[in-house]
Amino acid sequence: MTKQQANWSPYDNNGGSCVAIAGADYCVIAADTRMSTGYNILTREYSKICKLADKCVMASSGFQADVKALQKNLAARHLIYQHQHNKQMSCPAMAQLLSNTLYYKRFFPYYSFNVLGGLDNEGKGCVFTYDAVGSYEKVGYSSQGSGSTLITPFLDNQLKSPSPLLLPVQDAVTPLVEAEAIDLVKTVFASASERDIYTGDKVEIVVVNAAGIRREYMELRKD
Amino acid sequence: MSNSVIEVPPKGGFSFDLCKRNEMLAKKGVNPPSFRKTGTTIVGLVFQDGVILGADTRATEGPIVCDKNCEKIHYMAPNIYCCGAGTAADTEAVTDMVSSQLQLHRYHTGRESRVVTALTLLKRHLFNYQGYVSAALVLGGVDVTGPHLHTIYPHGSTDTLPFATMGSGSLAAMAVFESKYKEGLTRNEGIELVTEAICSGIFNDLGSGSNVDVCVITKGGKEYLRNHLQPNPRTYTNSKGYSFPKKTEVLLTKIIPLKEKVEIIEGGDAMEE
Repeated sequence: MTKQQANWSPYDNNGGSCVAIAGADYCVIAADTRMSTGYNILTREYSKICKLADKCVMASSGFQADVKALQKNLAARHLIYQHQHNKQMSCPAMAQLLSNTLYYKRFFPYYSFNVLGGLDNEGKGCVFTYDAVGSYEKVGYSSQGSGSTLITPFLDNQLKSPSPLLLPVQDAVTPLVEAEAIDLVKTVFASASERDIYTGDKVEIVVVNAAGIRREYMELRKD
Repeated sequence: MSNSVIEVPPKGGFSFDLCKRNEMLAKKGVNPPSFRKTGTTIVGLVFQDGVILGADTRATEGPIVCDKNCEKIHYMAPNIYCCGAGTAADTEAVTDMVSSQLQLHRYHTGRESRVVTALTLLKRHLFNYQGYVSAALVLGGVDVTGPHLHTIYPHGSTDTLPFATMGSGSLAAMAVFESKYKEGLTRNEGIELVTEAICSGIFNDLGSGSNVDVCVITKGGKEYLRNHLQPNPRTYTNSKGYSFPKKTEVLLTKIIPLKEKVEIIEGGDAMEE
């Protein structure tokens, strides 16, 4: 007599891809705007990017209901921090908070694959990449979601970030200029939407720099 | 008397010997490789002078597009074409096979092939394989008895219809047909309707995409409009392009000379012939 298996799953995958690239004085975070389930499109205009603090932005792909719940949770915790410390959370601080929040639900995880991007306390770009249960690492660039297997090899080839384990400690941020990084992101999403069925419609590109946060959109394949 | 089993060589077709083993492996987590399916939109309709077939051009391997511009409208006979959805290998193989059989039949009878002949050959083959040949087809053509359009399902059942859709995008395409189809369409109206139905599949179904292929078959002949519409050009190309290092990086050069094992004997005999 075999054990009865569950015939219902609490999770669903809404698809999509996210990318973040850190520069010397900026950070680019991008995600496509397609939300899908199975072979159907739910909407072509869904934002997967959320501003958590003044200099800290998160992009998440996976199960958007869990993503929404996670974003609400972090926003609430940030508000409490602001009341207690009379200042905004820095990006590295938010990174640790996100990791702890994800691990808190280790045994019923948030089905959310995140990249966190922003400026650290010195104004240098930083990108943190996560798995679903909170393991994180500070990197020079990262990609998550359904198109990540197509995007990451190309970013590895063009940006070639050195390993953080090497000594002397080398700078992970890319020497590229802001405009070149945005160009790279556009190319990467155009290519990913050619071959990944879950990536497409539009790409939302958010740039965080000393002047503030700027947002732009680019059209992608709609098929 | 001994209960001897005579080993008969397999006559062909599928051998189900490994099914139990596969089940056992699947339980242990070792999964068989996936097939390439054409998550697809294919359509056909009957118009005033004949039939029009349409198809998208995307072939997928799970969530990845493996061919952005494949051909899903297969040749069966000069007056008969067949669109295929399902496992790509199966649709190719079954249409090629029946196409040859039709050619031989034409030589034998000295007459133009009939659509019902192709239909019967296909359905007999698919039923024989009990649905394991995963081919869902839209067969259309014009012969002496008039224009015909049929759908054939993987298990071998067929339908004869004035308009039909198959594949993962079939619902999106059928929504268009059910709203706009009427009898006695002209050639241009028919092509426009087929294109609209395929586009509906391309944009609303993630398994279908890229371009629209159309094939118009009339008593006079056929017109294969490959890539009749290309509504999905590449969205962004970097003007400057990207550079890639010409060879793999050299990390370490280490040369170890091998010792010679050859002994040279002076003044030996020359080799005999």
